[in-house]
Amino acid sequence: MLDDFFSRALIAGVGVALVAGPLGCYIVWRRLAYFGDTLSHAALLGVALALLFQVNITLSVFLVSVFASLALVLLQRRITLSADALLGLLAHSALAVGMVALSFMSWVRVDLMGFLFGDILAVTPFDIAVIWGGGLFVLLILVIFWQSLFAATVNLELAQAEGMKPEQANIIFMMLMAAVIAISMKIVGVLLITSMLIFPAAIARRFASGPEQMALIAALVGIIAVFGGLYGSLQWDTPAGPSIVVAASSFFILTVIPTASFQIFKNSQPERPETK
Amino acid sequence: MGQEIPPLITLDNAGLFRSRRWLVRGVSLSVGAGEILTLIGPNGSGKSTTAKMALGIVNPDEGSAHRRKELKVRYVPQKVSIDWTVPLKVRRLMNLTGRVSRNEADEAMSLTGTLHLADSEVRTLSGGEFQRVLLARAIAFKPELLVLDEPVQGVDYNGEIEMYELIRKIRDDLQCGVLLISHDLHIVMAATDRVICLNGHVCCCGTPKTVASSQEYRDLFGDRAASGLAFYEHHHDHHHLSDGKVISKDGSVDEDENPSEGVSVKKFEHSVELNGVDSNVG
Repeated sequence: MLDDFFSRALIAGVGVALVAGPLGCYIVWRRLAYFGDTLSHAALLGVALALLFQVNITLSVFLVSVFASLALVLLQRRITLSADALLGLLAHSALAVGMVALSFMSWVRVDLMGFLFGDILAVTPFDIAVIWGGGLFVLLILVIFWQSLFAATVNLELAQAEGMKPEQANIIFMMLMAAVIAISMKIVGVLLITSMLIFPAAIARRFASGPEQMALIAALVGIIAVFGGLYGSLQWDTPAGPSIVVAASSFFILTVIPTASFQIFKNSQPERPETK
Repeated sequence: MGQEIPPLITLDNAGLFRSRRWLVRGVSLSVGAGEILTLIGPNGSGKSTTAKMALGIVNPDEGSAHRRKELKVRYVPQKVSIDWTVPLKVRRLMNLTGRVSRNEADEAMSLTGTLHLADSEVRTLSGGEFQRVLLARAIAFKPELLVLDEPVQGVDYNGEIEMYELIRKIRDDLQCGVLLISHDLHIVMAATDRVICLNGHVCCCGTPKTVASSQEYRDLFGDRAASGLAFYEHHHDHHHLSDGKVISKDGSVDEDENPSEGVSVKKFEHSVELNGVDSNVG
């Protein structure tokens, strides 16, 4: 089955969806959507450095993402600037430095489009091993630290007072984010990673009544989006990575429309005349 | 009685320096098992900061904070806002930082009168309901130390007395230490063992009676507040002018020397029983 590029793409995509869904819930709960963007921009710097020093791209992206998250934590302590402004500074600095570094390496021919949008149809069995091995490891760590991470998300001070070590949990969370960016970059690409994190969680919120349930539904929704996107791209010959995101966003729109129209319908109903 | 039992938490001359000023300084306190300590003071006097130092949320910049090892703590912060993107029901909130059995959770919820809310989404609760749910979460765990930052905010007057009764009962049942922060200078829980009055530093401390009669406390809040302290059944609604006439809170002076209306007599009659303190106000 691994001989077939399409099956490989499905397996890799499912692996990414499984881990991006639960982690994406935290992105949504903590309002960190822009944090995902920042890390993925920083990932491009990781690519440039990997090419420069001839090291593994996944590893280099992971390290640069970790560095960017730590820089964020430190800057937040030192500089009185809102988190979104700091993230913007970090994201665009990393992106620009990455582009400049790439331009210096005239001997390297980089397919920038490949990194921006990913190339899921070109995944190798080794990539699958990295995605599933890394992904399962990330999920394991997430399960182990789930309670303290969730407590820290609900209320940091409360978690601290009750011995949940929220700062430790936060740093682990950033590491996990960096790992997910690194392993999923090849699949959906730098520009679309955030959507794999956010869309499934946003869709799951509508159906979930508890945090754990939301994480599971998000993983499931991600898998559906991967299947939908990949079969769609096969059918209409569209680029695979963006097709997955289109599938996810269509899913999202589908879950929003019924209630929206229902509410318009409800509001337009004539009021019952009051009887005195 | 043999060896002394060490207190649950201790602050020793602790202070916190932020943004080029001391938020609070020189605070020493300790809470032992089965003891209720109440912190009072005006806004910005460092009550919450003191509690946070005691809890280890922030480390004091001078002095020291000690907690007993493996201390089971539950904390009800002054303000908790839960993001609406988090799907969280009351029952799940009960297990937020540690597992409690269904029975323990149910028991705690019925004590605080919130059992009927068990399956509600947390974000749909009213302020008072949420406050009681947070208290239920704290006591379900049967902590050794309970830290309550203004537990009666958003609770009406009757609810306030009930809440204080409940806290006393919890203390009696669990024999836990309680650190209580109160914004209300008038009303301090009758069951409180010691009161610390803060105003950037420890202004005075002791039993409710000693604090109420201490000069520092009166300088800070005036005699009116002092007279109300610990008498939590009573609220004052008037001053006395120097000639003995009564001035109500709304500013109207009761000109009638012998009020003919029974209501108005009844309204003011408790002024006598309050140590005679407020008759000195002039």
